[in-house]
Amino acid sequence: MNFKSAFLAAPGLAFLASAAQASIDETINTAVGAATGPFVSFIFSPFPGTSFPWIVMWLVIAATIFTLYFGFIQFRAFPHSIALVAGKYSDPNDAGEVSHFQALATALSGTVGLGNIAGVAVAVSIGGPGATFWMILAGLMGMASKFTECTLGVKYRNEYENGTVSGGPMYYLSKGLSAQGKAGLGKVLAILFSIFCVLGSLGGGNMFQANQAHAQITNIVGDYPGWITGVIFAAIVFAVIVGGLQSIAQVTEKIVPLMAVIYCGAALIIILMNIDKLGWAFGQIFSGAFTGLGIAGGLVGALIQGFKRAAFSNEAGVGSAAIAHSAVKTKEPITEGFVSLLEPFIDTVVICTMTALVIVITGVMTIDPDTGLYVWDEAAGRIATVDNASGVALTSAAFGSTISWFPFILAIAVILFAFSTMISWSYYGLKAWTYMFGEGKSKELTFKVIFCIFVVIGAAMNLGPVIDFSDAAIFAMALVNIFGLYFLMPIVKAELTSYLSRLKSGEIKKFA
Amino acid sequence: MTTETYVVAYEGDDDDSKTLDYAMASAKKAGAKIYLVHILEWSPYSFLTPTEIEERTMRRKEELARAKEVIIDPALAKVTAAGLEAEGVIKYGSVVELVAETATSVGASMIFVGRSGSNSISSRVFGSVPLGLAQIAPVPTVIVP
Repeated sequence: MNFKSAFLAAPGLAFLASAAQASIDETINTAVGAATGPFVSFIFSPFPGTSFPWIVMWLVIAATIFTLYFGFIQFRAFPHSIALVAGKYSDPNDAGEVSHFQALATALSGTVGLGNIAGVAVAVSIGGPGATFWMILAGLMGMASKFTECTLGVKYRNEYENGTVSGGPMYYLSKGLSAQGKAGLGKVLAILFSIFCVLGSLGGGNMFQANQAHAQITNIVGDYPGWITGVIFAAIVFAVIVGGLQSIAQVTEKIVPLMAVIYCGAALIIILMNIDKLGWAFGQIFSGAFTGLGIAGGLVGALIQGFKRAAFSNEAGVGSAAIAHSAVKTKEPITEGFVSLLEPFIDTVVICTMTALVIVITGVMTIDPDTGLYVWDEAAGRIATVDNASGVALTSAAFGSTISWFPFILAIAVILFAFSTMISWSYYGLKAWTYMFGEGKSKELTFKVIFCIFVVIGAAMNLGPVIDFSDAAIFAMALVNIFGLYFLMPIVKAELTSYLSRLKSGEIKKFA
Repeated sequence: MTTETYVVAYEGDDDDSKTLDYAMASAKKAGAKIYLVHILEWSPYSFLTPTEIEERTMRRKEELARAKEVIIDPALAKVTAAGLEAEGVIKYGSVVELVAETATSVGASMIFVGRSGSNSISSRVFGSVPLGLAQIAPVPTVIVP
């Protein structure tokens, strides 16, 4: 769409440039589409006769198995997780090392993002308010997946002499499975995971983010060529990951949580202003979850949308968080598992639910006054909305209907979330890259430069198939990761049993 | 025969050198021992990038080594050269809390702290180390101008 409007509006040289760019886009799209099409359709293919992608089922089944296997650990350990994050079990002599809070905050800044703002709007407008119920349920189950993978991430990390650490699925898959006498399988899974992780980091963790950030900026300042945004973003990312200008990233890392707080604060204000409708909204969410409220997809539609949104948003089971969490200072790997289970809770159960409630309460989705049911927009394939908005625009309209200036804050938040997600994924990609090619300055630099080039490509081009492929790569990570987790979950269980008994006996003691 | 311990909050700048001189003079008179406390400001609730997280243990080692070599060791040498008994510690955290905590844990009878930095805007807004100590110090505290 952007290219069409630029094409029509731009005179002279710009006309030629955009025409040339459009043809480059087409060429790349055709080439990549043909090569990756089968892989993408395989990953996202639905169960026969439904629109339910099997990969989402794969994630939900895994989350359910982990939940049952660890005896609803996400509920049992919740208070202990909070105590760990608050530093109650941290040895004061370890002050100055990475705290549980810091590991959690950094991992969160990689997952909280566009999914929480745009994705929820898509889910609720297609699946109806009932999607929220399934989203919360999937978020709660996903906590057990995070717990499993992050415990293993710390347990099998590599600690080097200079004090640095490298961890993540590629390490626990290879080391953990090798300890079980399946070295070959472990190696294959680790390499597969690394390949998908590098591809995912360049796509969903980079190009998609740059693309969406550019879309947000053009919404505010008007249309202009995407490569300009791309070059600026790439320069900043380059300064951070190659130039070592961590201060820029630090600023973002500080602003992102602040933005998340402002976002939730604004959502709470809107909910409080409409407190009389809160009971009704929850009624809609619960009845919608089981009856579909007359929405085209019915119960199944709500369930698919809710599950999908939770899985796409909190990345539980994908393995990315295990990379971020593995550097924490702890003698007990399981403690990081406890801490990480808060991540899907904050991301999905709190933030995504806030978005959904605001959209439902503010009435930006059209309700037929006669039947009291939502009006289905057949052409758009979703519920009819105010100004026909969807995605970020729908969330923006919902917030804007009560707080008129909030859409501007939201636009800034989207851009910052995109940036922090890119920084996180550049790190995940780099770790997978060095796992395959070895650590070393020049090898790392190669990946970092490639990453920056992809920022420009992502912002400048409308590469549908490339982005589809990178999304598929992120979910392929989950395919490999969860397969390995099934073999390794008894190790986590042993860690859990030992830790809980020592906690009970008082061997593990509180410091504060 | 050492009977008392004086805790000196020591950052290592010129003003602190005055503070240390004053504490040493007082310790000589009282026959007290000097206990230097150097705090590296650190919050477990600050935000770090993934790369910083990975390198944290390494950086911490470097920071501790540097603080020992450049700040604490020369100061300890100066105190012992003056014929006083001296010990030193480097810790991470909030300066005010840790100086007060250390004073309690070593059974100090007095804390010495420089007034340095208390004129900056941020210290006026958020409170400076001497002001903070004035509020929570467990023992008499000398603020050296």
